[in-house]
Amino acid sequence: MPYGYVWLLIMLGLAAGVAMMMMFLPLLLGPRNPVPTKYEPYESGMKPFMLPRRRFPVHYYLVAILFVVFDIEILFLYPWAVILRDLRWFGLVEMGVFLGIVLVGFVYAWRKGALEWIR
Amino acid sequence: MTLQDFMPILPEMVLLATAVAVLMVDTFLGDKRWLTWVGLVGVLLAGAATYWLALQPPADFQDMAASDAYTAFFRLVILVVTGLGLLMAMNWLEAHGEQQGEYNALLLLAAIGMTLMAAATHMLTLFVALELFSLCLYILAGFERERASSGEAALKYLLLGAFSSALFLYGIALVYAATGALTFAGIAQKASLSPLFLAGVGLLIVGFGFKVAAVPFHMWTPDVYQGAPTPVTAYMSVATKAAAFAAFVRLFVGTLGVEKSAWVPALAALAVLTMVVGNLAALSQHSLKRMLAYSSIAHAGYVLVGLAAANTTGTAAVLFYLLVYAFMNLGAFAVVIALERQGEGDVTLSQMRGLARTHPLLAAAMAIFMFSLTGVPPFAGFFGKLYLFQAAVQANLTWLAVIGVISSAVSAYYYLNVLVQIYMADPETPPTLAWRPVLGLATLVAVVFVVGIGLFPDFWLQLALGGMRVILG
Repeated sequence: MPYGYVWLLIMLGLAAGVAMMMMFLPLLLGPRNPVPTKYEPYESGMKPFMLPRRRFPVHYYLVAILFVVFDIEILFLYPWAVILRDLRWFGLVEMGVFLGIVLVGFVYAWRKGALEWIR
Repeated sequence: MTLQDFMPILPEMVLLATAVAVLMVDTFLGDKRWLTWVGLVGVLLAGAATYWLALQPPADFQDMAASDAYTAFFRLVILVVTGLGLLMAMNWLEAHGEQQGEYNALLLLAAIGMTLMAAATHMLTLFVALELFSLCLYILAGFERERASSGEAALKYLLLGAFSSALFLYGIALVYAATGALTFAGIAQKASLSPLFLAGVGLLIVGFGFKVAAVPFHMWTPDVYQGAPTPVTAYMSVATKAAAFAAFVRLFVGTLGVEKSAWVPALAALAVLTMVVGNLAALSQHSLKRMLAYSSIAHAGYVLVGLAAANTTGTAAVLFYLLVYAFMNLGAFAVVIALERQGEGDVTLSQMRGLARTHPLLAAAMAIFMFSLTGVPPFAGFFGKLYLFQAAVQANLTWLAVIGVISSAVSAYYYLNVLVQIYMADPETPPTLAWRPVLGLATLVAVVFVVGIGLFPDFWLQLALGGMRVILG
């Protein structure tokens, strides 16, 4: 067993120790002042008005998937834009191909009516 | 980077362009019959690109994938299977009115993943390729949405497939931890028998075992093969095996060949289990698709024999066998597609009764495929098994060859039972055929190759040997 891994074990132990400490120290030290709002799921958020377990349009799922695809696309554009000068023409063509493929997906989704809410 | 650097993955780029073109044709054109032909043209172009690449000196793509004789061999196998898969699905898709564009595009995308499996020389390419074709097949397995068993097949395949992918990835991580390398060449240099490395190799075997359906990692196979639409079953039973074994051989025999002693016993044990369990379970099946599923497990076992031999003849035999198996199994499934009744998605053995009287040509084709799967001499399957078992004997694994021969003798019972039903039983109800010219063409191609390879095995064996030399130097 390579003994360099000992440090990994020590780090795991430290991480677990700190996490435990953070959980239990407030119990000992913190002031306790229970008011009803403290027992709500979101202390300063909206009051829940119904149970989340109910049927919802499957379209949400489709929109979410499409969102992820195009979100990732934009995510790729940022680092690319930063180093475009170094990549020169190659970078431009490469991104053109990538955007082209994603665009085909967009056209496909559009034409198949995935973006229409009511059908 | 220049355009020249992309040449080693030209066939994959052609396939990608084709898949995109199919989707666009599907969205803008009314006539769905075009889709198959567009896909087929793309497959032919990719084949031409593969042939052109095979004439060039070997090249690699950024140390991620290699274009050499080995890659070319598997590219051709997978492209032929994909072409036949497109043809076999055409009538089925028309009859079921399913989304044809998506089907053809997914099939082509799966083919990209599969050819990349054969080309991969880097662990990450390997994993991405594996996921690429697996994801496409998960969707395809659930393509017949009206039938519950199709959805069940997709879900089972997805869950177990994701599980096996995770194990595979864990294996890659452990091998990386032990060697500090992700390229195959780097791993070969640093390979040692440390516990960490062996654990990683073990997990890789498990991951490959799931994909090729080796016992004891075969539990998903019968349900998925039976539930999935028959053209999909046909495609994944041969193409997945070819792709997974392509990477299996390159990684194990090629890269980890120096540490052969560590993994040969494991593969030999897997081979025995897979052959015995696959053949015994196939004996008692009434559904033709389920029987062929168990038979495909048994055939994975035969191929594992060649892999365990891990020598020149063994590796060439694996390549040769995967080529032969592609044609005979696709052919058998083409007959199942022809006999299938609308909406049932399966064919029972009793439905085959008296087929020879009503449809003698189809019966003859089925007879050829069954004989070849059994391994009866004039057909291609015989030479496939001969080379595999020969290699095992050469590698001092005679006991393995003996078990292989015995279990393939057992398999004769269930293959020939199909022929007994076809030729010697009276028809219960006259079988109605979904028999169309395109499906007939696919069956004919399969028959021609099963007979042709059987008559001239040398040419194909030389091709396989050419591919093998890349792996073993």
